[in-house]
Amino acid sequence: MTIATIDGAPTAVPAGLARGRGGGGPASKRVVVAYGFWIFILSDMVMFSALFAAYAVLRGNTAGGPTGAELFDLRNVFIETMCLLLSSYTCGLSALSAERRHPGRFFIFAVLTFVLGAAFLLIEVSEFARMVAKGAGPSRSGFLSAFFTLVGTHGVHVASGLIALVYLAAQVIAKGLPAVVLRRLLCWSLFWHALDIVWVGVFTLVYLMGAP
Amino acid sequence: MSDRLFEDRTPGVEEHEPTASYLSYTVGLALAILATIVSFVVSQTSLLWPPGIPVGLIVLAFAQIGVHLVFFLHLGSGADSTNNILALAFGMLIVFLVITGSVWIIANLNSNMMPMS
Repeated sequence: MTIATIDGAPTAVPAGLARGRGGGGPASKRVVVAYGFWIFILSDMVMFSALFAAYAVLRGNTAGGPTGAELFDLRNVFIETMCLLLSSYTCGLSALSAERRHPGRFFIFAVLTFVLGAAFLLIEVSEFARMVAKGAGPSRSGFLSAFFTLVGTHGVHVASGLIALVYLAAQVIAKGLPAVVLRRLLCWSLFWHALDIVWVGVFTLVYLMGAP
Repeated sequence: MSDRLFEDRTPGVEEHEPTASYLSYTVGLALAILATIVSFVVSQTSLLWPPGIPVGLIVLAFAQIGVHLVFFLHLGSGADSTNNILALAFGMLIVFLVITGSVWIIANLNSNMMPMS
């Protein structure tokens, strides 16, 4: 009598049998890892929801200071949005190239992703600096505290994503594209796409609804 | 770098199934750019009935988030996505409760505040 082990589990499963939920054998490592990382992303979204709630509550409390309509430059916001959206696209292409074992293409798309993400961050930081120089820093009013917390937290996520991308590219240089590194790249691309989703909420709620 | 960093202890079966295609990302990008441009245009013009603009913007944002989830994060109707979608539904419930609950309670407090002299 033999006991089926995970290593000996069949890899070909009839279509229609759901895996990872008791039927059809264990799920593939890619699915297991992505699910775990997905839970992390959702908890990050819950944290962002608290910041969105704070902003929604405080957006009118300008304490006699500047309002969003006076501060926001929608042309810059549009450029930022396009940078982040295109970097989400190139990030997906780089993960896809890695999966298909094209290290050359992976590096081209990873560099594009980094450059676009860094451009987004640069525009955001210069925007913050301009606002602080005008006397509209985070301590000016409740509205500005909530604004800097929400948009700044998103910016910190983008910055840490860029650092993680450099770290992963170093792993690809050192080890090539083994399955472990591929799954890390998959998680990274999930993180990056999730940041773009948060940005959709930011530009809609903060910028478009704040600058009539 | 130590080899411990690359030791594979992940549970599950090793498998190399193709996941997505370049086309899916390109379609997603086109739809997302379209939704973004429409959002910016709608907010700056009176294309929509002006009091309805916030609602229109929220609808466009949800549409764009849907595009991102399907084309970039590959949440589909496949069996592999079922667990992820259940987790997403729970996450959305919490996000909804936190945001609308805060706005509701604070608006209530605000309207019951004593007028400041």
